[in-house]
Amino acid sequence: MKIQSLEDLKTISQKTRGSIYHPNTIKVNIGMASCGIAAGARASFDKAEAAFSGDDGITICQTGCIGFCEQEPLVEILADGKPRVMYKNITEEKIVDAIEDYRQGLFEKKKWILGQMRKPLGIMEDGTENPVAKVSPHEGIPFLEEIPFYSKQVKIALRNCGYIDPDTIDEYIARGGYSALLKALKKMKAKEIIDEVKASGLRGRGGGGFPTGIKWATCAKHDGERSIICNADEGDPGAYMDRSILEGDPHSVIEGMLIAAVAIGSSHGYIYVRNEYPLAVKRLITAIKQAEGYGLLGDGIAGTDFCFTIKISTGAGAFVCGESTALMASLEGKVGRPRAKYVHTVEKGFRDGPTNLNNVETYANVPPIIIKGGAWYAGMGTEHSKGTKVFSLCGKINNTGLVEVPMGVSLREIVFELGNGVPKKKKFKAVQTGGPSGGCIPEKFLDLPVDYQRLAEVGSIMGSGGMIVMDQDTCMVDVARYFLDFLKEESCGQCNPCREGIKQMLDILTDICAGKGKKGDIELLEELGSMVQRFSLCGLGTAAPNPVLTTILYFRDEYEAHIKDKKCPAGVCKALFHYDIDADACTGCGLCAKKCPQDAIAGKKKEPHQLDQDKCIKCGICYDACKFDAIAIR
Amino acid sequence: MSEAQAIRTDQTDEVDFVELDTMIDKEFSKDKENLIMILQAIQRRYNYLPKPALTYLSAKIGVPYSKIYEVATFYSTFSLEPRGRNIISICLGTACHVRGAERVRERLHESLNIADGQTTDDGRFTLESVRCIGCCSLGPVMKVNEDMHGRIATDEVEKVLGQYE
Ligand SMILES: Cc1cc2nc3c(=O)[nH]c(=O)nc-3n(C[C@H](O)[C@H](O)[C@H](O)COP(=O)(O)O)c2cc1C
Ligand code: SF4
Ligand code: FES
Repeated sequence: MKIQSLEDLKTISQKTRGSIYHPNTIKVNIGMASCGIAAGARASFDKAEAAFSGDDGITICQTGCIGFCEQEPLVEILADGKPRVMYKNITEEKIVDAIEDYRQGLFEKKKWILGQMRKPLGIMEDGTENPVAKVSPHEGIPFLEEIPFYSKQVKIALRNCGYIDPDTIDEYIARGGYSALLKALKKMKAKEIIDEVKASGLRGRGGGGFPTGIKWATCAKHDGERSIICNADEGDPGAYMDRSILEGDPHSVIEGMLIAAVAIGSSHGYIYVRNEYPLAVKRLITAIKQAEGYGLLGDGIAGTDFCFTIKISTGAGAFVCGESTALMASLEGKVGRPRAKYVHTVEKGFRDGPTNLNNVETYANVPPIIIKGGAWYAGMGTEHSKGTKVFSLCGKINNTGLVEVPMGVSLREIVFELGNGVPKKKKFKAVQTGGPSGGCIPEKFLDLPVDYQRLAEVGSIMGSGGMIVMDQDTCMVDVARYFLDFLKEESCGQCNPCREGIKQMLDILTDICAGKGKKGDIELLEELGSMVQRFSLCGLGTAAPNPVLTTILYFRDEYEAHIKDKKCPAGVCKALFHYDIDADACTGCGLCAKKCPQDAIAGKKKEPHQLDQDKCIKCGICYDACKFDAIAIR
Repeated sequence: MSEAQAIRTDQTDEVDFVELDTMIDKEFSKDKENLIMILQAIQRRYNYLPKPALTYLSAKIGVPYSKIYEVATFYSTFSLEPRGRNIISICLGTACHVRGAERVRERLHESLNIADGQTTDDGRFTLESVRCIGCCSLGPVMKVNEDMHGRIATDEVEKVLGQYE
């Protein structure tokens, strides 16, 4: 079938809605993004399929990332007339029991239940009747919407992740998918589309934050063979929202690219996906084939003369290829070295034609903006940052996962309410945003709202949305060294300040971490940093010193402890600390002695143990294992 | 683009040129722009990039060998040397780093007696480091071939390795 009109979409939608909201069997949705699979979702899926094969009452389905990664594998079970219940940590041993628990209506596995859903509606379907409104909720099960992790979230870019089967285009359509494309194609002029995106205030979610509407308008002005590119290189370690969107809702990105193509006037699209994301590539290929099958990609889209194709290219492990000009060189089959942008890529980019490059999340935001209008989107957020942003919470935080919140929410809310703070009652130290180009934000700025300008004011950036929480056990000097080590590897090497400057700064930091720091090192780092910032060609170089400079700014005492006192207070830099057993706290349980790979710990049962410094290799196994905080860092 | 295949273990310098030729024509329409993806396909097939395949490719798509070499050495996924039967990718991304990935890596170095990028003498393992595989919430993360192992503690490394022949 070829889709020609909104009516066609409606027909598919009505046919499919049932299975999403009123399934005639018990439907088991298992979160099968890479993270879910890593936590064991595939085994749970296989187990459930085997156990209930031939059972007409149960349908096992896959869905994308449900977001609450800490509790993965997540399984949502629903049936018509019953509450939708989310079960957590459902490994293969538990899956059958969880399904039976639901089927029998017992809801007895309280510890396995995360909550029930009150409003399973996404952002696309305003006005539709709430499908479970008539179902009386089950008493004693909390509402997901009231759990802090979910309560402040507003899902726009993630609207379908975890709701639909990403390999089924009909489910995307049932949630309002492709209606924005048809509206743009049939009812709007190119300029109206661009104006709507401009009015939304949407800014690039890839890191730079450039206003998307303005980028589209400039690209459309230049003549030539125009290309639309989606940047799915997601090189920033600790950020995985793009992967989740591609794995959980690939059509949202395809539709966003299609709308950009209509607005700008292009018939060629490219998605550059990083090599580390094989599942994203697989789901994209399926999605593209399905869209082609419906005539939503290819020639004569939806019965008009608009043509658009999408090609997928995979990266090969180079962080710098996330930079726009390097990405385009890489797409041309060359090494990914950035070039100077005297001429912008919107004028001369891929194959020397005008090129519009946007990030995955940017494109995913476009369809709802077209449907609901720019003003609706701009109604959320702050003065300079509109709409919502997806963040990945990771590192030393209790609730790791993906959250989408309106701009302007404070860092404290994100880290301590949604993220539920730092595990094991340890002390919060900093949150790192913006990846290798960003900075570490200390506790005193936690009340800052997330906003492009405000984060820049404290020396960090919004970046692509990775938020890595650090606690008392994280050494900030080591973090700075870590980022430079990363960037030294990833610098493309064509300009001196970046190639040599980063290396020199890294050498100094390595010395500091090894106890060979000298007076004046901090000043030298600052001087070198400002040189690298000013004289590098691309964003990799100009932002490279940020993690060093912000850690010096906010954690100078740690640098001084390393240099002057030759101590690493966090117990990370091996040359600068040793472990010792706190005899007062040690209960003599013997766990550490059993775990130590060097046999460096000995002692009588129920008496304080001793640690042999000569044997200890500071692997930290005892420190992590001790339940009584008896392993001390000295 | 072909789907990811299981890593082939029958490593050999003998390149199947007919197969290679067909692949370049059929899957990649002999297009220079597909160079990186062709190299990825060759590496999937042989587990590394054998030189004879690269010289053949150079003539076939009309890209000088020096350019191919440049690309193959610029991108970190490519290996010009044969690799082990099992590829371990330890994630050293930031989220994994703050959760102790460095210690896991040291443990790997010790128990395999190799450094990053090296292969064990018996050809069983090659150790590679990557910067983020996108499963940051489960850090520290280590991937062996296509299997993801999340939340690995330092003392679990041997147990994981034991699963691979
Ligand atoms: C070193 C470097 C790495 C980058 N990596 C990425 C990336 O992985 N993903 C991304 O979307 N943008 C990345 N960017 C930003 C892109 O250059 C570009 O600004 C962005 O993709 C444009 O899309 P947007 O306007 O939708 O954000 C990177 C920039 C630099 C300088
Ligand atoms: S700043 Fe660094 S990465 Fe960017 S072009 Fe120069 S050398 Fe290459
Ligand atoms: S930082 Fe290790 S998977 Fe992302």
